[in-house]
Amino acid sequence: MTTTTDRPTTEIVDLITVIIDGFEVSVPKGTLVIRAAEKLGIQIPRFCDHPLLDPVGACRQCLVEIEINGRAFPKPQASCTIPVEPGMIVKTQLSSTIADKAQKGVMELLLINHPLDCPVCDKGGECPLQNQAMSSGRSESRFEGVKRRFEKPINISSQVLLDRERCVLCARCTRFSDQIAGDPFITLNERGALQQVGIYEKQPFKSYFSGNTVQICPVGALTGASYRFRARPFDLVSTPSACEHCASGCDMRTDVRRGKTLRRLAGDDASVNEEWNCDKGRWAFKYVTAIDRLTHPLVRNELGELVQASWPEAIAAAAKGLTANTSAVLVGGRVTHEDAYGYSKFARVALGTNDIDFRSRISSHEEREFLAARVVGSTATYRDIDRADHVLLVGFEPEEESPIVFLRLNKQVRKRALKVTAIASKLSIGVEKLKGEFIKTSPGQEAVAIAAAALTSKSIILVGERACESPGALTAVGALADATGAKLAWIPRRAGERGAIEAGAIGNLLPGGRPVHDDVARMDIQAFWGLDSLPSEIGRSADEIFEAVQTGAVTGLIVGGVDPLDGDKSGFALDALDKAFVVSLEIAPSEVTRRADVVLPVAAITEKTGSYLNWEGRPRSFDAAVADSLNRSDLRILSMIAAEMGADLNLGTVTAAAREIASLSPWNGARAEMSPVAPTIAPLLNGDEFIITSWRRLLDLGTLQKGEENLAGTARQTVAVISPKRAESLGVLTGDLLEISNAQGSVKLSALIEEIHDDAIWAPRNSQGAQLLVDLGVAHGAVVKVVKL
Amino acid sequence: MTKLVPVLSAHWDEKDSFTIEAYTRHGGYQAAKKALAMEPDAVIQLVKDSGLRGRGGAGFPTGMKWGFIPQGDNKDHYLVVNADESEPGTCKDTPLLMANPHVLIEGCIIAAYAIRAKYAFIYIRGEVTHVVRRVNQAIEDAYKAGHLGNGVEIVLHVGAGAYICGEETALLDSLEGFRGQPRLRPPFPAIAGLYAMPTVVNNVESIASVPAIITNGAQWYQSMGTEKSKGTTLYSLSGHVKNPGQFEAPLGITLRELLELAGGIREGHRLKFWTPGGSSTPIFTDAHLDIPLDYEGVAAAGSMLGTKALQIFDETTSVIRAVLRWTEFYKHESCGKCTPCREGTWWLVQILRDLDAGIGTEEDLNKLLDICDNIAGRSFCALADGAVSPIISSLKYFRQEYLDQLANKGPLFDPVASTLFVAASA
Repeated sequence: MTTTTDRPTTEIVDLITVIIDGFEVSVPKGTLVIRAAEKLGIQIPRFCDHPLLDPVGACRQCLVEIEINGRAFPKPQASCTIPVEPGMIVKTQLSSTIADKAQKGVMELLLINHPLDCPVCDKGGECPLQNQAMSSGRSESRFEGVKRRFEKPINISSQVLLDRERCVLCARCTRFSDQIAGDPFITLNERGALQQVGIYEKQPFKSYFSGNTVQICPVGALTGASYRFRARPFDLVSTPSACEHCASGCDMRTDVRRGKTLRRLAGDDASVNEEWNCDKGRWAFKYVTAIDRLTHPLVRNELGELVQASWPEAIAAAAKGLTANTSAVLVGGRVTHEDAYGYSKFARVALGTNDIDFRSRISSHEEREFLAARVVGSTATYRDIDRADHVLLVGFEPEEESPIVFLRLNKQVRKRALKVTAIASKLSIGVEKLKGEFIKTSPGQEAVAIAAAALTSKSIILVGERACESPGALTAVGALADATGAKLAWIPRRAGERGAIEAGAIGNLLPGGRPVHDDVARMDIQAFWGLDSLPSEIGRSADEIFEAVQTGAVTGLIVGGVDPLDGDKSGFALDALDKAFVVSLEIAPSEVTRRADVVLPVAAITEKTGSYLNWEGRPRSFDAAVADSLNRSDLRILSMIAAEMGADLNLGTVTAAAREIASLSPWNGARAEMSPVAPTIAPLLNGDEFIITSWRRLLDLGTLQKGEENLAGTARQTVAVISPKRAESLGVLTGDLLEISNAQGSVKLSALIEEIHDDAIWAPRNSQGAQLLVDLGVAHGAVVKVVKL
Repeated sequence: MTKLVPVLSAHWDEKDSFTIEAYTRHGGYQAAKKALAMEPDAVIQLVKDSGLRGRGGAGFPTGMKWGFIPQGDNKDHYLVVNADESEPGTCKDTPLLMANPHVLIEGCIIAAYAIRAKYAFIYIRGEVTHVVRRVNQAIEDAYKAGHLGNGVEIVLHVGAGAYICGEETALLDSLEGFRGQPRLRPPFPAIAGLYAMPTVVNNVESIASVPAIITNGAQWYQSMGTEKSKGTTLYSLSGHVKNPGQFEAPLGITLRELLELAGGIREGHRLKFWTPGGSSTPIFTDAHLDIPLDYEGVAAAGSMLGTKALQIFDETTSVIRAVLRWTEFYKHESCGKCTPCREGTWWLVQILRDLDAGIGTEEDLNKLLDICDNIAGRSFCALADGAVSPIISSLKYFRQEYLDQLANKGPLFDPVASTLFVAASA
């Protein structure tokens, strides 16, 4: 059952005192009676009521008796629709026989058409209808007639199934989709007892948030395709967890039966995800239990084959190789804060280098300086979005890249018409839903538009990781924040990036935001780690590391959680992995493990404890959901290698690492400065030339979504978007096949004519049929040729 | 002595009564001229003073409703006319609009002026296409004659055939293009109605009564009717009466008097039961012939004046069968939004079908009453209250008939005997 938690509030509020069942309670003005009763611990049964949805008063389960200043309502009232008033006296089922009878009566009516198939229903055991039928219902039904029957179940999407005869028509799902997600793709159809949840044939229920409807369904009417009939709630072991899919930082719950994750639910955190999450966070977890998971260490033998090895053998081989070579560290953006700290410390302590970079994606020097100057230690939060007068989006599509940020924006747009402005080349579905102002720019020319943005000191700039793909954009963002006093938040896609920055898993920063080039900062960490010295040169970036392998300046790599195909120089990266001595820490075989000399299997998120820092820098800690995994965390393995190399990390456990991180005092010295980068000049285009732009969609070919067919079924269609003007000059109609090509390769996509800059062509970065980084090696700002086929 | 006082229906017997020529001939559109020369607030006051009460069923004072519209709020205001007449037995707006659509249009001009609305919407139920055509023609003629388009526009909207859309907030949803389901109140339509703007929703007859009040004054209107129920109104008699139809009389007339006007119960039969205000009002019997048919009189006797739709049933009618038919109607028309109405009507029909077939025990009657008690006053809007009214009242007056039917293990009445064609051929 959904109940509210007290929301943290700093505003001074008018309190109203009412009496409920003889007890006085003071609640803020506007509080609904049902909530005021909760505050006293009085649970009034309910179905349609949900604290985050507008009241509807449809199910009538929460009827109570109310009088105000001695004047009683003639009929029992729905406590979920009536706000408290001074002088109000409420009698719930606990003190009023009328309320009690009304509730029992409604419950009996709710059950007459319910199939009572609890023994085979997914919801049985955790069902508000079942629970409240026990607490507020009759023990025997008086109904002897014919129940309403429906064909069952029907797919309302590839992920969500509907058993109409179980539905109590509370409209939570339809109200959620409309009010919270902004995707009114399901609605109630028909009337009377034949009323039912339905979809519109021409617009499928393709919402990134559809899983929430399953979670808030108070009966078993909506079920998830991948969980249906898999388990009973009482066989599951639930563990509070955090989502590893993006930087939103959702609180989650992971349900495991006999060592296998069967489902994940949105957790309840009022300051972050409220009670929601996105479908990727909810339904993409099979990669953990994929059959190809690495189970044993592998070491390359004299014949050049990777063969199974014992842990001591593998650790020794790794240590020997890393010592013998000049080694650098590549760590992906998905590791936990503690693991990132382990990699950061390993680089400095065991390898004696600052050659470490967590950015296994397109990146720039401008970005690295921006991260050190503006992001590390920054404090913008979701609450700042709630309070902002204007939100500027730069290189960031919240619905695709940080869905909970989107939900928060949508909430404020709906509640108080928050002004949202997006600087982008293409108008996205998400920005359209936010009724945002769209400032159309040519891909690569964002800096000019940023400089012209009108913000105030109450505004907030949300800048995405893609901003680094436009030279000068981050420089302009910094200047805009300085000039207007607007808050600035950098929102990466991956869950571990903010933690990696704070942990110093980047060449120009030591843990806690200490600049590498700052002597005092280095002295701090030297003393903290008990070292005699730390390298003072700013380390190489990921791209520079690959380059250095080519020149022989770097000959060894330790790589954790990196997909070399995520960057725009993947050929270069793969070549470097082929050449260098590589130690790979991975959960499953990848382009890295195939090229590695030592492969060490590590624990997946559900198998270890740890924490992420979300985009706010807020710790999102989690426990191991699978209790007895034999897999070790990256941190533990790094410690073992370091020990073998004669260096002591002192990071035997995640707890030890967390304790060490917590004991490191914050950096009070000067932040690193950023040297400004000038925007590039827009290229001149021939008639068949466009500038490519793209972003990753929430549901695409991402590694962590592997094997989730139901989830993939709601992915958006792969298309190439061009403007009406360019379409006309090329004679292209919607649906025509276009070939986008450059020197590296080509990709063929169906055309869609939409609101986009005339210079630009947009395609999804990593979707079925369009893997731009693999096919073209470019994703934003580069000139491509477009031919109508 | 005739009790009839035709005001609304004064010229219905003229062949061309529905034309703008006939309406103008009888002084039509003069009231609008007079009202437009007054201050809007004075118009509201005049209607308040007249004592006119809403004719859609609830009897809320019309002038007071107009007075609720906040003035000087820089918002658009709307007038919405509820012509979704769908209650079984209710048949006053349809004949009124067929016989004299212009009186409604003139009423709209005056009411819109009073509440400072530029638009008036007339929402007509979808089944009555003949009415829709007639009102459409009348609107067109009124535009041509210059009565409309100079400050007031009328939009005619045709419903898709749902009883619930007679509920004012469901009507507004339907008018906005949504599925018609009642809205949560507050906010009331006077504050946030159509398109969330201040809106007055009035019944056809209420608005149509306004021109005569403007012309003849509040005093004149006050002089008719009873202490708290002023003026004249349309009583619709249907069923087992000799001359069914609309009878316009001052409020407070009795059924005995109305039956005299209608020629009495059909030959050779006697009154068994009747509804005072349509099927959603608790039924009366021959013991209630002298109840004054005004808002207070009917309420004091345990029912509601409603839409003054008097359905008359003689002794050939099975009260159980009649109640079953009404209940089937409410089950069919329940919008489905709230549990008691949606599920309750579904269940009630099943129980009543059994009882109609003589299946069940006395305990089932108590169960039926208890279910009604769990539905009445528990639902979102008044539809369910109306649905259980005939059941509860029939059990109050005719419990013995239910018991006899159960003892008989089958129907006591031949359904054919109650039909009008049987009487005609006999």
